[in-house]
Amino acid sequence: MSVLRARGLGKKYKRRWALTGCTLDVPAGRVTGLVGPNGAGKSTLLGLAAGMLAPSSGTIEVCGGVPGSGPAQLAKVGFVAQNTPVYPNLTVEEHLRLGARLNPGWDDELARGRVARLGLDPALAAGKLSGGQRAQLALTLGIAKRPELLLLDEPVASLDPLARREFLGDLMAAVAEHGLSVVMSSHLVADLERVCDHLVVLVDSRVRIAGDVDELLATHRRLTGPRRDLDTLPADQRVVAASHTERQTTALVRTEAPILDPAWDVGEPGLEDLILAYLTASGVERPALGVVR
Amino acid sequence: MTWLAWRQLRFPVMSVYAVLAPAVLVLAISRPVGGDFGDLGFAYLAGTLAVQLLPAVLGVFWGVPMITRELETGTHNLVWNQSVTRTRWLAVKLGIGAPAAMVAAGVLSLVVGWWADPIDTAADLDAERGFQARVTPLVFAARGIAPIGYAAFAFVLGVAIAILLRRTVPAMAVTLVVYVAVQLAVPYGVRPHVLPPVEESVTLTARSIEGIQADEGVSGDVPVSVRVAEPAGAWVLANETVDANGVVTHPLPAAVGDCLPPASADPPTLADLDRIRACFARLDGLGYRQHLAYQPVTRFWPLQWAELALFLVLSALLTWCCFRRLRHLS
Repeated sequence: MSVLRARGLGKKYKRRWALTGCTLDVPAGRVTGLVGPNGAGKSTLLGLAAGMLAPSSGTIEVCGGVPGSGPAQLAKVGFVAQNTPVYPNLTVEEHLRLGARLNPGWDDELARGRVARLGLDPALAAGKLSGGQRAQLALTLGIAKRPELLLLDEPVASLDPLARREFLGDLMAAVAEHGLSVVMSSHLVADLERVCDHLVVLVDSRVRIAGDVDELLATHRRLTGPRRDLDTLPADQRVVAASHTERQTTALVRTEAPILDPAWDVGEPGLEDLILAYLTASGVERPALGVVR
Repeated sequence: MTWLAWRQLRFPVMSVYAVLAPAVLVLAISRPVGGDFGDLGFAYLAGTLAVQLLPAVLGVFWGVPMITRELETGTHNLVWNQSVTRTRWLAVKLGIGAPAAMVAAGVLSLVVGWWADPIDTAADLDAERGFQARVTPLVFAARGIAPIGYAAFAFVLGVAIAILLRRTVPAMAVTLVVYVAVQLAVPYGVRPHVLPPVEESVTLTARSIEGIQADEGVSGDVPVSVRVAEPAGAWVLANETVDANGVVTHPLPAAVGDCLPPASADPPTLADLDRIRACFARLDGLGYRQHLAYQPVTRFWPLQWAELALFLVLSALLTWCCFRRLRHLS
């Protein structure tokens, strides 16, 4: 069952297409990572899914409905936008009251529990919170409305490594507890590796590859061997990326079948290698990826 | 949503009401009672000006930031993703802000109007008091119920321009400019035609003529235009000389070129007066008449209601535009 289904989805801003021909099924109950360089259309896709944007072409269906089509649909989808906006003049307590008044499914116990656990002072104006605390407050609002799908746009971008680890750990706990689906974008591959079990790679406004992380890892192999022409590979081995030195060829291939050629030294790529291969392969010279350990 | 919208608007609303309350109180205890209004000129002017400025202030400082503050800090992304549609979000904001603006402008206008009533009544009866009649544009916009319509319009205008421009300062500037333009266009382009003005054709005689505007000529002053006496308390739209075919004549024809005695400090002699009289009789004989068009003092309330209706309709149209545009906002 998919929680998000897009068919030929596109979004055009004035003259530029931010997203084109996006056909995608995001399975329910998973944490899906949305990866891509800056300007690849990640925020646009999330905005379309939340109903913040209207598609220019194609269709998108989220939790069985048209995004943003009414209060019932809005209740099903939580969205924490980039920079995790909160009202600077409203206190933490007032944000919780806002959530309680605007959401019929609001889980006040959950929200208050989280705020207490995070050590946020309820009387403090949200403008005085640190970046990490603000993100946590925004996430609390997103989780406590008890959505079926939670969309997070670069939720950890502004956080330091420690706050990031806490935030993601916290998110995972909430996912496990409430069984919600999550789609989160990030360009920090290491973070996604830790939390995601489904992956969508967007490059140049297009979906480059999408699939379960386990399956992606199982169907990709890194081949190292003496220098040779890759056109001679068997038909079921699709080259994703390749590099040559004078004597050696390294290639990342996608294949369902085992590699039988004894000339190759066969290795299993990590998720990060795999993502990088897809990003570089598409002609993006220097992917704007940060790798944080 | 009401709670949130009020929480966000309460500071600007309370600030304006906090300034209005003492102003209203001061007016209430200082109302003039007949006689000489000479020393009240400042208070009269300040009150009139305050009623005219208040709607613009409400549009610029309530309407614009109510929207742009959300768009600039990105909190629209937060609030539109609670279980409340953006249409409802805007409806509640307008539903709180517009009535608050209308009440503020209405209260101020009615109190200022009540305070200035003795002055306005005197001005309506006699134009020589130095105060303008109620139905003339400057006073009209600061009296009665029209300011309620202005406030609604200015507020919705601020919201509409904020949705269009998305940034606080440019939206404030544009709101102010558009509001002022509308406030200039309506009294000169629309209000005179809302109700057909009273038109009169006055025979030109030395008696009916109240004033002559003249240029200096070789053998005395040459009259350029004449004015006839105007009814008290009226908003005069035209006081002009027309020829037999009804075409406006300006300057006056050469037939009256030698009417006036040379300018001098001496009072005109009887011969001079005879000359003037004969001269204007000649003008009358050539078929010239004075055309007078005006909105009489009795039109004040009909025009006020028409103005209120006009601005409420404009506000409704703008509101519709806001909701249409809102769908494309992100």
